[in-house]
Amino acid sequence: MASKVFEWLDERLGLNDMYKALLDRPEPEGTWWNTLGSASLFLFIMQGVTGIFLLMYYTPSPDHAYDSIQYIMNEVAFGWLIRGIHHWGANLMVFIVFVHMLRVFTTASYKYPRELTWVIGVLLLLTTLGLGLTGYLLPWNQRSYFATTVATEIAGLVPFAGDFITRVMRGGTDLSALTLSRFFATHVWVLPATLALLITAHLYLIIRHGESEYPSEED
Amino acid sequence: MGRSYKVSRRDFVKLVSGFFGTIMGAGIALPAIGYVLDPALKSGGAREQWIPLGPVDQYQVGVPAPFNFTRTQVNGWERTSSSYGGFVVRESETDFKVLSNICTHLGCRVAWEETENAYVCPCHDAAFTVDGEVISGPPPRPLDEYEFKIEDGNLFIFFKEG
Repeated sequence: MASKVFEWLDERLGLNDMYKALLDRPEPEGTWWNTLGSASLFLFIMQGVTGIFLLMYYTPSPDHAYDSIQYIMNEVAFGWLIRGIHHWGANLMVFIVFVHMLRVFTTASYKYPRELTWVIGVLLLLTTLGLGLTGYLLPWNQRSYFATTVATEIAGLVPFAGDFITRVMRGGTDLSALTLSRFFATHVWVLPATLALLITAHLYLIIRHGESEYPSEED
Repeated sequence: MGRSYKVSRRDFVKLVSGFFGTIMGAGIALPAIGYVLDPALKSGGAREQWIPLGPVDQYQVGVPAPFNFTRTQVNGWERTSSSYGGFVVRESETDFKVLSNICTHLGCRVAWEETENAYVCPCHDAAFTVDGEVISGPPPRPLDEYEFKIEDGNLFIFFKEG
């Protein structure tokens, strides 16, 4: 029965072909270092899922942001777990994406024909860092408030446009409710949507070119 | 060694991945369900309770004594304070009546007017007798009463949310 249902679906959706193209593609001999990209993808999905759950209670307003997080941590069943996974997953994601980049660099996997995969990968790293920056403000505690003050001041050191950049980031001259809402919007929509699009392109290129072989002594 | 395995290496890996994947998935999914349902499963704290109004000796016969108290409702991270009030009417040494000060017409707060010998509502000039019966004006029924009890010479009223 199950196989008949599968056949019916497969005939219309091409599930087997999709499986072969996406997951059953030929690969060169690899090591655990080759799994970091998949690990990054897994962490991104994990961050997305736990982030959506956090949104169910979090309130991006200066009046309630801190209290709503206290509520998640102390009152809601497993709130500490969901937020804990999101918090540590964020740290781990930055780390894993960075190590992934080091791996690609040391094995020279960024060379022809994979230059674009590398360029998109750099954008992925930057977007991930952006998510870390914007997410850091959302708890609205002393640490996040002053970390963001410093970060936006650093952005202000850019020659000529610096002051303007700081004001765009803060939504005005001061760190305020406007900063919190725009960091929130950036954190939950702008950057994740960007990341998802870039990941799609990144994966397409990986499937198109296959994974690179490690360089041999002759290379 | 020429030994044949009944389970192929590939199937074994699939099985183990599926097994641990299921455990990990359930480990996340079950808490997540609890997380979402949590506020619906909470009682929301005490919505009814006995409010102490002090020793009965302080209430004089025939003189309505105003009282008020505040209840705080906590919903998640939001606190809402509401004030309630009324009058303790000591009809005789042993008989009490505790009236709410909320006008039964549209919910304004009535006040005791000594000169008129009535509770008067500021909104539409309704008047109630000392026992809460309607004298004049639009209210459809007498003032609501609080259920009360006397323990060790102290008066308590029963407060119910909503």
